[in-house]
Amino acid sequence: MKEWTFIAILLIVSAMLPTVPIMGGRLLGPRKPNEQKSSTYECGVETVGDTWVQFKVQYYIFALVFLVFDIELVFLYPWAVAYNRLPLFGVIAGVVFIITLAEALIYAWRKGALEWL
Amino acid sequence: MNLPTLESINLAASLPVLILAGWACLLTAIDLFISPERKHWTAWLAVLGLLASGVALGFEAVAYSQRGAVSAFGDMAVVDGFALFLQGVFLLSAFLGILLALNYLPRHNIERGEYYTLLLFTTSGMMLMAMAADLIVVFLALELLSLPLYVLSGFAHPRLDSEEAAMKYFLLGAFASGFLVYGIALTYGGAGTTLLSGVVEALVGGGPAPNPVLAIVGMGLILVGLGFKVAAVPFHMWTPDVYQGAPTPVTAFMSVGAKAGGFAALLRVFLIAFPATGDTWGVVIAIIAALTMILGNVVAISQSNVKRMLAYSSIAHAGYVLVAVAAARYPEVEPLAVSAAVFYLLTYAVTNLGAFAIVIALERDDGTGVEVEDFAGLAKTRPWLAIAMTLFMLSLTGIPPSAGMVGKFFVFQAAVQASVGDPLILTVTIIGVLTSVISAFYYLRIPVMMYFRDGEGQANVQPALGVALALTALATFLLGVVPAPFLQMARHALLTLAG
Amino acid sequence: MPGVILFAILALVAILSAIGMLTSTNAVHAALFLVINLACIAVFFLGLSAPFLAMVQVTVYAGAIMVLFLFVIMLLGAERVPLSSRLRWQAPLAIALVLALLAVTLLVAFSPQVQGNLVNPRPVPPEAQGFGSPQAVGETLFARYLLPFQMVGLLLLVAMIGVVVLTKDERKPTGHISENAQASDRAA
Repeated sequence: MKEWTFIAILLIVSAMLPTVPIMGGRLLGPRKPNEQKSSTYECGVETVGDTWVQFKVQYYIFALVFLVFDIELVFLYPWAVAYNRLPLFGVIAGVVFIITLAEALIYAWRKGALEWL
Repeated sequence: MNLPTLESINLAASLPVLILAGWACLLTAIDLFISPERKHWTAWLAVLGLLASGVALGFEAVAYSQRGAVSAFGDMAVVDGFALFLQGVFLLSAFLGILLALNYLPRHNIERGEYYTLLLFTTSGMMLMAMAADLIVVFLALELLSLPLYVLSGFAHPRLDSEEAAMKYFLLGAFASGFLVYGIALTYGGAGTTLLSGVVEALVGGGPAPNPVLAIVGMGLILVGLGFKVAAVPFHMWTPDVYQGAPTPVTAFMSVGAKAGGFAALLRVFLIAFPATGDTWGVVIAIIAALTMILGNVVAISQSNVKRMLAYSSIAHAGYVLVAVAAARYPEVEPLAVSAAVFYLLTYAVTNLGAFAIVIALERDDGTGVEVEDFAGLAKTRPWLAIAMTLFMLSLTGIPPSAGMVGKFFVFQAAVQASVGDPLILTVTIIGVLTSVISAFYYLRIPVMMYFRDGEGQANVQPALGVALALTALATFLLGVVPAPFLQMARHALLTLAG
Repeated sequence: MPGVILFAILALVAILSAIGMLTSTNAVHAALFLVINLACIAVFFLGLSAPFLAMVQVTVYAGAIMVLFLFVIMLLGAERVPLSSRLRWQAPLAIALVLALLAVTLLVAFSPQVQGNLVNPRPVPPEAQGFGSPQAVGETLFARYLLPFQMVGLLLLVAMIGVVVLTKDERKPTGHISENAQASDRAA
């Protein structure tokens, strides 16, 4: 538990870094809104249309591909640190797992799911 | 902690499912290079995989008859007679599922190679379910069984009712999986292990973490999750809409495979892990069985759409199997009840796939033609089709000479044996017999329609469908007339704790 | 003792964020509440000496799965849909069922067995060296839980196939449908 205390402190500090200036600005700064100021800031370009638009299904497929490899990473990390203590079939199991997920990527690729339309 | 060795992994014992799952993965890749006009190649390659798996299963069955049950994958799975018998049923259903789809998919312009690969994936999930000896494997097998079926129900998208079926099945199925996981978690909390053999030790006493109360709550939640999969009342709501909306070959396969898979898990989990609390779940399952039989059969009467009628019929048949499950809680009846249950699942599989094959023959390209009236006049135009349908309907009702009659007889025999000193099981058995009589009313409406009403009686039997029809009709007839060899096999379908 | 205080604070945050998730009418806000909830659970895992699980909780759940959730919400355009008033009976029923579950849980917690366990707790074996470390997880996952592990791989593959099957319409080239729809719109 002790070694995590530092991380907890780090988390608290990192949370305060953005919070304190923003809250400070809100509490201390003068407030004179006009139409120009309260419009949405989008890199200086005028905002077009509504912010709440419907996303394309493509985003979802990309997120799912990302999820597949996120999970692969999560499983491969313990595999990588433990593999010299694993029996041979355990190592092979990891390879089979990589192949299975690589197939998922190849499938999505061949089917054109990764093309942005 | 002692790690398993290569010997305890025992890959040879689980070869049938390994072949099938591996082939499903390979076929997914192969299918990418098969042109859209030649998707029937994928189908035949899938059949090849099923055959290879079936051959391995045959060898495994021979080995089983010599050395008995063995564990596989450490203690995660067990290959016993129960697993082998049901795996055979799954392979057979998958084979027929492919035959049913071979002409149906191109006719409806929904042919894609994924149908066949997903079918192989869900079949491997079912086979793993039959041999699962750990609650985690039960859960993952259930997911592997369900996920492809969710996709297959929506295979006819953007047809709205198919999308609706997929959506409903997916949402409710995911919800049911949630119940199952919660139940497994509580059982783990109560027993300190997810191994079925460990749970029974913990519950009987002498286990490491004695907290049976928690495990019983977990058991209830597991029952909810699995009850959903087998479409038992009151977890049956999804069945009619999903069965009606999904493409007919998918419905056919789903009604047989998913149900048998659910019962595989139900029987193994409750008889292996929770025998000590049999008085609790025995009562609950008996009541559920009664409700399921009554509701399924009574509501089926008012259906005019045959797919929907068969959906309620499938609910009702889940009830009959549940009677066997409830009876199996008495140790002296257990072998008989378990073999009755698996034999019933076999008879239901061939009969129901046959009945759906006829529905596919009648279904027009726009999805209509599956009303009861559409059967009118079939006896004049397609006499053989009418005979086959009559046989299937007799079998579903349980009238000789048909498979269904033997199956029902076997189940009721087990139930009567269990009912000695258990009035509840006796009542449920009587309800079962009475509802079988009620079911004759709606099943026999179709033969009446075919033989005594005039109509166009249009049907379109393409070669693969014809083969499937011939096979199922023959099997239904043979199981009803000479059931002995199959009964013998079912008698070996025993549950084993571990090898 | 500091562990208990930390747990109490986190538990409170976890419960409040869960309630916030259920009651917020904006689906995006609900998803963000869920992120807080999942982060709290990650810290619980840390407290239970399972750092690897904590890491997984953050990367997979609070990260990838939440991205997926948000995309689905944006995809469906469901973020501003008012709570349906058609299912009025649902809220009271849900509360009744939750109370029933709570009652059962309390019943379990105060059952003689559990109380007996609390009065005479079984000696907890000391944590093995490196318990819950990625290494230990790896050894368990790739040897003992070999079969479930491979099944997860299959499940991910099936999920990928499923998404492609359900989103890609192969019968006609993509874009064709929308053109058709536009054409019929213009005709109408």
